[in-house]
Amino acid sequence: MYENTRSAMLRFQCASSIPRQAVRKTGLYGAGICFLKLSMHPLLIIPIGRLRPLLAALAFASGAAHAETTLLNVSYDVTRELFKEVNPAFSAKWKAETGETVSINQSHGGSSKQVRAVLDGLEADVVTMNQSTDIDVLAAAGLVDKQWESRFPENAAPFTSTIVFVVRKGNPKKIKEWVDLVREGMQVIIPNPKTSGNGRYSYLAAWGVARKAAGGSDAVAKDFVTKLFKNVPVLDSGGRGATTTFAQRGIGDVLLTFENEAVLTQKELGGGGLQIVYPSSSILAEAPIAVVDKVVDKRGTRKQAEAYLRFLYSPAGQELAAKHSLRPRSPEVLAKHAAAFPQLNLLSIADAAGGWSQAQKTHFNDGGIFDQIYLK
Amino acid sequence: MPRQLQNPVRPAVARGAASPLAEPAWVRWLLIAAALGFLALFLGLPLAAVFIEAFRKGVSTYLAAFEDPDAWAAIKLTLLTAGIAVPLNLVFGLAAAWCITKFDFRGKSLLITFIDLPFAVSPVISGLIYVLLFGAQGWFGPWLAAHDIKIIFAVPGIVLASIFVTFPFVARELIPLMQSQGSDEEEAAVSLGATGWQTFWHVTLPNVRWALLYGVILCNARAMGEFGAVSVVSGHIRGKTNTLPLHVEILYNEYNFVAAFACASLLAFLAIVTLVLKSIIEGRHLSKP
Repeated sequence: MYENTRSAMLRFQCASSIPRQAVRKTGLYGAGICFLKLSMHPLLIIPIGRLRPLLAALAFASGAAHAETTLLNVSYDVTRELFKEVNPAFSAKWKAETGETVSINQSHGGSSKQVRAVLDGLEADVVTMNQSTDIDVLAAAGLVDKQWESRFPENAAPFTSTIVFVVRKGNPKKIKEWVDLVREGMQVIIPNPKTSGNGRYSYLAAWGVARKAAGGSDAVAKDFVTKLFKNVPVLDSGGRGATTTFAQRGIGDVLLTFENEAVLTQKELGGGGLQIVYPSSSILAEAPIAVVDKVVDKRGTRKQAEAYLRFLYSPAGQELAAKHSLRPRSPEVLAKHAAAFPQLNLLSIADAAGGWSQAQKTHFNDGGIFDQIYLK
Repeated sequence: MPRQLQNPVRPAVARGAASPLAEPAWVRWLLIAAALGFLALFLGLPLAAVFIEAFRKGVSTYLAAFEDPDAWAAIKLTLLTAGIAVPLNLVFGLAAAWCITKFDFRGKSLLITFIDLPFAVSPVISGLIYVLLFGAQGWFGPWLAAHDIKIIFAVPGIVLASIFVTFPFVARELIPLMQSQGSDEEEAAVSLGATGWQTFWHVTLPNVRWALLYGVILCNARAMGEFGAVSVVSGHIRGKTNTLPLHVEILYNEYNFVAAFACASLLAFLAIVTLVLKSIIEGRHLSKP
């Protein structure tokens, strides 16, 4: 009865010749049949079938979390390969020493973005960054002890790096020193100092080298970085972007970047077309680490987190750092890998620009020296 | 009646070139070539590039990309997210479209505007909204921390962000169709004594099911492919809170191009499969009398 009326009603509507979409034809089915078909529709079955194994997996994952201690290491972009080897090495050592199973989760991203996430509640037990300003931000927010730099040896930086030059094969522009970068017509690739660690260290290296050279002064240094950044055709926002610009898009004569990034770039992207140039002096880039006190106290993981960071200073940890082209602090391990790490005259941030907070204020804040020289 | 209306138009289209309504041959070929060229350049080529790059170092390297437990975790999380977001948005979208097109009430246009909000807002903002609400320094952050409930930088945050971003898809597909259908059939059903539920289930739903399916497919594609909003709330913990698109970005940034394109090809493949499924189901249905 119901179906008949419905069909009649539809016929009436069709006759009125309103343009109907193809979809509309479904109305010609009996309503009951439609209902049956729809209930068997794959669409309605998929989500349930899909959910079942996933829910099981999720339950398993949360069950596993209770059986062992997990730590979260929030780090910057390029340390993945390093910690991929450090983490199992530490877990094995900790298991042998205490019988406890610890697994370490990793989170990587641009360093400032990562710090922001920790501030917003990403529960990092430890942070491993590439500049101390990032950890100072966490300290200012009360997540990390204000005295974090003295809680671990060597300014809480278990390894260091420096800024080197990557040039095209055969060094066609004969780039050897910082002064070569400001030559007329030279194209230098540096990421934006305001948004990236690479850029910041590169800028401060140029500043420091010019200031410390014979006859150097702040005015000379400012003149030098002005000329340098006139030669920068694109200002990528991050280190990896700059690397891609130089190595893959083929823009520029020289790329300024961290030593470990340079080695990786040469190996992974160069295809034999790139080589590294070590200037006689550059900047000392310390990669600082810290325990996030607020998180470890809440989760009860302080013991494991501190042991994990101390492991980075152990001979095994230092060896792994050296393997990934980060300069180890241990003199023995450094001596063993001396061939891979040419000796340079390395300026600290304090030497180059009077420390990080000073550097930030004078150079990188809005209206600072970088804005003055680049916006012109 | 309708046949009479159609007659004057049909033969003209069928005769093609002879008709004054048709363009000269060279214009037609030029337009076809331009359309195909555009299609190849902006859709075909990038799609091909994804698969070519993925298989650049051979099938074994391609498959090795999926042996990584992090990749598996990303796939599972992506499916879980879509598995929660899509059914919820299906129910919501259907209810909203039904409410908007079959009833009149105050604030209707306001409701439509709200449904469109996720389209208008940049996905990054959508993610930030949740950080502002549930982050450690957000409105509910301290309360959540005190009760040890994790929303952002955990799976719930990713699901929430995905739901927000895919919110309008189903409703947006349904509203125009249901508006053009009007509420005559429902009124007839009700006048014949059908209850509200019967009317919905036997009249409204069958009329819109293909539009509904289309909305769900779009919603699913976006839920699986969403990057911006999810990136903000994910925390990027490997093997835990990385969805497939985030995993692709990370692999790419790590110079692991083959694995990045392998995962990208999986996403592209999922998209193609859903579209093919959709046209098969639709085709089979339409071929029946």
